[in-house]
Amino acid sequence: MSIAIAVGLLTAAAVYLFMQRGMIRIVLGFILASHAANLLLFAAGNTAFRGVPYIGTSDYGEGADPLPQAFVLTAIVIAFSITMFMVTLAITTTGDDDTENDEDSPAKVLTAPDKDDAAGSKVDTDSTGAVGAATGGADASPSSPVHDFEASDFTAQDDDAAEPPNADEGSDR
Amino acid sequence: MTEILPPLLPLLVGIPLLMGAVGAAVRKNKRLRHVISLGTLTALFAFSVLLVIATHDGTVLAHKVGFWDFAPQIAIPFVVDALNSLVLMIICILGITSVMFAMATHEARARFFHPFVLILMAGVAGALMTGDIFNLFVFIEVMLLPSYGLLAMMGAKLGAHGARIYVSVNLLASTLLLIGIGLVYATAGTVNLAELHGAAVEDPAVAVGGGVVLTAISIKAAVVPVHGWLTRTYPMTSPAVTALFSGIHTKVSIYAIYRIYSILFDGDEKFLWVALLVTSLTMLVGVLGAIGEKTTRSILVFHMISQIGYILIGVGLFTGLGLTAGIFYLLHHMIVKASLFLSTGAIEETYGTGEIDRLGGMAKREPLIAIIFMIAALSLAGLPPFSGFVAKFSIIMATLEQAHYWVAAVAVLVSVFTLLSMLKIWVGVFMGKPPADLEENALTYQERMHGKRYLRVQAQAENPTLTIGPPTATMSAVLSGERAVKIPAKLIIPGAILAGITVFFGFGAELLMMLSETAAENLLNPQEYVEAVMGS
Repeated sequence: MSIAIAVGLLTAAAVYLFMQRGMIRIVLGFILASHAANLLLFAAGNTAFRGVPYIGTSDYGEGADPLPQAFVLTAIVIAFSITMFMVTLAITTTGDDDTENDEDSPAKVLTAPDKDDAAGSKVDTDSTGAVGAATGGADASPSSPVHDFEASDFTAQDDDAAEPPNADEGSDR
Repeated sequence: MTEILPPLLPLLVGIPLLMGAVGAAVRKNKRLRHVISLGTLTALFAFSVLLVIATHDGTVLAHKVGFWDFAPQIAIPFVVDALNSLVLMIICILGITSVMFAMATHEARARFFHPFVLILMAGVAGALMTGDIFNLFVFIEVMLLPSYGLLAMMGAKLGAHGARIYVSVNLLASTLLLIGIGLVYATAGTVNLAELHGAAVEDPAVAVGGGVVLTAISIKAAVVPVHGWLTRTYPMTSPAVTALFSGIHTKVSIYAIYRIYSILFDGDEKFLWVALLVTSLTMLVGVLGAIGEKTTRSILVFHMISQIGYILIGVGLFTGLGLTAGIFYLLHHMIVKASLFLSTGAIEETYGTGEIDRLGGMAKREPLIAIIFMIAALSLAGLPPFSGFVAKFSIIMATLEQAHYWVAAVAVLVSVFTLLSMLKIWVGVFMGKPPADLEENALTYQERMHGKRYLRVQAQAENPTLTIGPPTATMSAVLSGERAVKIPAKLIIPGAILAGITVFFGFGAELLMMLSETAAENLLNPQEYVEAVMGS
C-alpha cells in the first residue's frame, strides 16, 4: 500500500513539473517519474519477501525476487544518463532553459541572416586564440590540449575553414 | 547453416558496439573513421542477407546468450525469423546510404558521427533480435542515446528545441514502457516473450500491462494521438540524420508492435478494432497535416505519419494477407521515404533551403534529382510500376477481404491526397522559374554550413585592404556567372541507389512478397518462435 501511494504521489508531482516551462523543472519531473517507475518495478517483485536473493543465503520462500532488482538497477543507470544529457541540453545553445519556441522554424536558416551563426562565432574564437598565441600566451593557443575534446569533435568542419587558422592574422605578424 | 548461425547472433550487436568504440578512439584520421563505419555497416548488411536466406523458409533461429539451458526463460534470448532479418537488412541499406550522404555533406567528418551511427546500429540489431521485453527496453535506449547525440550535434545550427522535445518525449515514452513491463512482470511473472505467448488472452490483467507497453511503443512509432513530436523534431536536424532516423526509430517500434501483438496477445481479435480506428486516424491526420507545411522535409515528415497508419493496418487486420501486405509496406516505405529525404536533402544541402517558395526550376537545373524524386514520390503515392503500388494494392485488398470497407475507403482517399502533396513539392521545387537569389543563397548557405569562402570573398570586395585567403576557383567562377551551382554526384548517388531499389521491388515484387508472406506466417503461428526459444 505504501508503495502504491508513493508511486501515485511521485507521478502526480512529475506531471505537475512536466507542465512547467523551464527545462530544469522538466528534468526534475523526469527524475520523479523514473523513481515512480522504479518503485513500481520493485513492487512487481513482491516486497513481502525481503531475504537476500543469493543462492544458499536464505530460504527460497523468503528470498526476494532478484529479477526486478536487476531491472531497477538497469533502469536507474539509463534514466541517470539521459537526465545528465537533458541537463546539458538545458544550458547549452540558448541563453536560458526556457522551452518556449521562438519564431524561427526548421530549415529557415536563411530567413534570419542577422542572427549570429555557428560559423561566424567559430571564426571569432579562433582569431582570439591566435592573437593570444601571438602575444605569448602559450596556453591560449588553439592547439594546446586544454580539454580532451575539441569543438571540432562535435561539429562538422570543412578543410577549407580549418587549414589556415587565420590568414589575415598571419599577415599582421 | 542453421547450426552455425545462432551462436553468431550476438556479434550483430557486439561488432558495431566495438567498432563504434574504435571509431571514437581514432582522433585525427577522418578517412580511417569513414572506412571503419562503412566497413562495419557493409559487414552487417552481408550478415543480415545471410540471415534472410537462412530464414526464408520460415525457420526461426534462436540463441541463448546466457547459455542457461536449464532455465531458458531467463537466458537472454536472441531470436531471428523472416520478419526481423528483413527489417535488419533494409535498415543496413539505409545506414550505408545515409552515411554516404553524410560523408558527402561533410557532416561525417565530425569525430563522433560514425561512432554514434555504429552504436545506433548495435541498438537497432539488439532491439530487433531480442526475445525479451525488458531487453527490448534496454536496446531501445541503446538505440536512442546515440540518436540524441546525432540530433543535438547536427541540429545545433538550428537551435536546441528539436533535441529537447525529442529527448523529453522519448524519455517519457521509455518511462511508460518501463511501467508497462513492470505491470506485465507483476501479473505474468516473466518478461520472456516466448513464455508470455498468449498470456494476455488468458489473463486480462496481463492484457492491461501489455496495453501499456503497446501504448508506450506507439508513442515512439508516432501513431496519431501521440504523433506531434515527430513533425517538430525530424525537420530540425540535417537531411542525412533525418533520412537515417526515418528508417530506424519509428520502424523498429512498428516491428515491436507487430511482434508483441503476435505473441503476447496471440493476434487476439477483441482489440483489433482499436488498431483499425487508430490507423485510419493516423493516415488521415498525417496527410492533412502535410497541407499546411511549407518546406519539403516537413511535408515528407507528415507523410511519414500517414504511411505509418498504412503499415499498422497489417496488425489491425491480423490475417495472412493483411500481415503480408503490412510487412511489405513497411519494407517498401523505409526505402522510399529515405530516398525522398535524401533527394530533397541533396537540394537542401546545395541550395541552402528546403522551402518550396524559395526554390524552383529544379527539373531543368538538376534533371537527375528530379527523376529520382519523381520515382520515389510516385512510389510513395502508390502508382505502378513501383513497389508502392504493390504495397498499397495488397493492403487495400486485405481490408476488402475482411469487409472493412471504410478503412479501404480512407486508404484510397489518403493516397490521392498523398499524390497531391507530392505534386505540390514537384510544382514548387522542380517546375517554374528559379528565384533570382538562388545562387547567392546557395553560396551563403555553404559558407555557413561548411565554411566555404564565399563570405570572405565578399568581405574582401567591400574592404580591399583586408587580406584574406584567395577565393577558390569554383567560388569565383560562380560569382562571375561562368558556372552555375550544381548538386555534386556524391549527393545524388545515395538517393539514386534507394530509388533503384524501389523500382527493383516494383518489377520484382514477387521476391519480397514471398519473404513477407513467410514473415506473416511466422507471426500468425508463433509456436515455432516459442519452441525455438524454449526448446532444446
